[in-house]
Amino acid sequence: MDKRTFRVYRGDNERGELKSYEVEINEGMVVLDVIHQIQAEQENDLAVRWNCKAGKCGSCSMEINGKPKLACMTRMNEYEPGQTIVVTPLKAFPVLKDLVSDVSWNYRQNERIKPVKLAPEAKTDRGYVMYQKDVDRIQEFRKCIECYLCQDVCHILRDHDKQDAFIGPRFMIRVASLEMHPLDIEDRLPELKEEFGSGYCNITRCCTDVCPEHINLTDNGIIPLKERVVDRFYDPVTILRRKIFGPRKKKLPPINK
Amino acid sequence: MDISEIRTIEHDVLIVGAGGAGLSAAIEASAQGMSTGIVMKSLLGKAHTVMAEGGMAAALANVDSRDHWKIHFRDTMRGGKFLNVWRMAELHAKLAPERVKLLEEWGAVFDRTKEGLINQRNFGGHRYPRLAHVGDRTGLEMIRTLQDHGIHQGIETYMECTALDLVKDESGAVNGIVCMWRETGNFILFKAKAIIFATGGGGKAWDVTSNSWEYTGDGYAMAYEAGAELMDMEFNQFHPTGMVWPLSVKGILVTESVRGEGGILLNSEGTRFMYNYIPDRFKSETADTEEEAARWLAGDKNARRPPELLTRDVVARAINEEVKAGRGSKHGGAYLNIATQRSAEDIKRKLPSMYHQFKVLAELDITKEPMEVGPTCHYFMGGIRVEADTSMSTVPGLFACGECAAGMHGANRLGGNSLSDLLVFGYLSGKSAAEYARSKGTYTELDAEQVNSIIRNATSILNRESGENPYLLHEALEKNMQTNVGIIRKSETLDKGIAEIEKLKQSYKSVKAKGTSQFNPGWHEALSLRNLLITAESVARAALLREESRGAHTREDFPGEQPEWLKYNIAISKGANGQMQLHKVGRDAPDRELQRIAKSSIEDLEAEVAKEKQTSNLT
Repeated sequence: MDKRTFRVYRGDNERGELKSYEVEINEGMVVLDVIHQIQAEQENDLAVRWNCKAGKCGSCSMEINGKPKLACMTRMNEYEPGQTIVVTPLKAFPVLKDLVSDVSWNYRQNERIKPVKLAPEAKTDRGYVMYQKDVDRIQEFRKCIECYLCQDVCHILRDHDKQDAFIGPRFMIRVASLEMHPLDIEDRLPELKEEFGSGYCNITRCCTDVCPEHINLTDNGIIPLKERVVDRFYDPVTILRRKIFGPRKKKLPPINK
Repeated sequence: MDISEIRTIEHDVLIVGAGGAGLSAAIEASAQGMSTGIVMKSLLGKAHTVMAEGGMAAALANVDSRDHWKIHFRDTMRGGKFLNVWRMAELHAKLAPERVKLLEEWGAVFDRTKEGLINQRNFGGHRYPRLAHVGDRTGLEMIRTLQDHGIHQGIETYMECTALDLVKDESGAVNGIVCMWRETGNFILFKAKAIIFATGGGGKAWDVTSNSWEYTGDGYAMAYEAGAELMDMEFNQFHPTGMVWPLSVKGILVTESVRGEGGILLNSEGTRFMYNYIPDRFKSETADTEEEAARWLAGDKNARRPPELLTRDVVARAINEEVKAGRGSKHGGAYLNIATQRSAEDIKRKLPSMYHQFKVLAELDITKEPMEVGPTCHYFMGGIRVEADTSMSTVPGLFACGECAAGMHGANRLGGNSLSDLLVFGYLSGKSAAEYARSKGTYTELDAEQVNSIIRNATSILNRESGENPYLLHEALEKNMQTNVGIIRKSETLDKGIAEIEKLKQSYKSVKAKGTSQFNPGWHEALSLRNLLITAESVARAALLREESRGAHTREDFPGEQPEWLKYNIAISKGANGQMQLHKVGRDAPDRELQRIAKSSIEDLEAEVAKEKQTSNLT
């Protein structure tokens, strides 16, 4: 057993302070365990979000010693013995209370994205036909647990407050998961460029670094999307081809009925 | 308080709970043209469904063409020890394939077979590879798909909003519900023509559980308080494989897919002990040598399944026995080894979140070392008693689906049948609640007296000068259920457990939450504690009454299934005196054809299905 000092943000969006708590740490504990211990023993009304405690739901996002992390997957032995741990809410969003922030903006972004639309001709009486190799890359994006750590760390949102101009890395890869779906026939590139602000991302890869699901957001999702936008709207050859032959149709995987 | 000052919102159909069942119900109610709202304690997309790992069972027959709804139905009934509501198990097996395919249409991206179809994996108690899955994060795929589809269907969502209690009209039908915003502590009233509970289970009454804070039996308790009947509450599934070390993660689920992908269970002596625990009912369908089990893993369709894939009740009891006999693992569980059965690459591809979970939380590499696992409270087979075809409870206007409804799984649920249950009965309850709401016509006024009393109960917890700490009461309840109403039960400990619950109920009357009403976890904890206490009491009393061992309910003093007890379900309701009342309700005689299917030998049924498939191919 080991004694530690925790400094936890208490307050709301207008005012608050870091309060110190002395806690006892047992083997295997994660930061969320410590928060719960403080809640049960010292501060019953300390507000924190959590659900699964196993890195699957993305609820307990917070900043631990300044780094956006999931509290349930951050082990105490990651830190030096005796090191003070500072726990604060996500910086990119308004604080509701203590460690709970208002992430409702993210839900509004998702609503702006056109839903999936599968090619009717790919449907058979045994379901849709698509192959593992064609879905591997979107399955990577679909691992996203919506913890919004990437949104929190993205400097467009965090430092420049461009919430009105850029939907953020989470929703860039949501768009990627739809655009790269082997059977999806919807077109989201115009709004990606005009409304979702794909041009704002300057590929600093901070989002990829903090992703607890180890999704390679930047290289596998955002860069390919940006390339599609450039091809469509800025490449004179493809613009000319589209003018002559009309928009390119999606090539669907072969079906053995 | 003048209730006209409280914000009131109207919906034809209001759903409480936004997991797989609630979202499925909302999508269907909305598709039926209903004004639909959905209330949830957490943020959208965080409900318990997100933690489901293994997959959803449906007789798609993509991997083994012999599969058919009849065989899925037979497996389900045998797994449930024939106590399931026959009609529910039938509906489930018949409708699951089309609901899974619809999920794909809504954007779910399942793992694929070589032919490009939805891939299916093996699981305990299922005759064939039957679980549509995405690695070991199927629940995430399901909830995200329903969420992303649902947000475009005109459904109103109310996040971080806790339902407190139902309101009824003069006729005794449900006409609204009182809720509370967690952020502000403000109350909100919903008027509704039909209300669907999709509130999940109550595993948080136990110390070792795979359930999150949300699982406090809210639906059971609110339905009970409104006069509805609960049923089969004695059947609590202890999942055989929860983490046991380190202590802070004790109970967190280790997916059954580890065994589905070939993982074996060993005791401290290195013995693969499951061979010693094969029940007679499953002997003819289970491998009895390691050689045969190895052939099965290699894909030999004539080999029988390894005993690690017996139903959850059997495996959980076996691990319990081994530990009791002094053959447990270092921290009091069993060893679960996949490292010797599959390549490191396979393990990381098929079980990525298990690999990650053990690596981070236990500092253990499952591709190299065995895991330590033990039973963890996981699932309620029992719940709100509903009518099979409509999902309506015994209170008019109140519907229930998913884990909070009883009947589908009988005495023991098969892994993978839960996610498909959510899709099937979520859909069916949405449909019938819409029909009911349509027949209702208009909204009726909420009774001010009921509303005020619900609000007073909630605020008095904050307003008292001093009182019991809700966290400590909860802890005492967890310890009590773990010790006295655990995996192995007997009358002596059950009596003790009930006495302790009665004491806790008394202490609860003076529970006190410090602080204000704004996002106050202490207050939320105290509010849910009422529900947990009702849930725990109903479990303990039903467990005492059922004097037999069946499925997940094991009585040391009454070993074995008793044919007499197959004739009854235990129903629970609130008596006129406010006391909990239990009664044995006779079960309807099963449909003859269903009974024939469930009782057929597997060889006969396979032959019958093969013949049917041949005929339909010819036409």
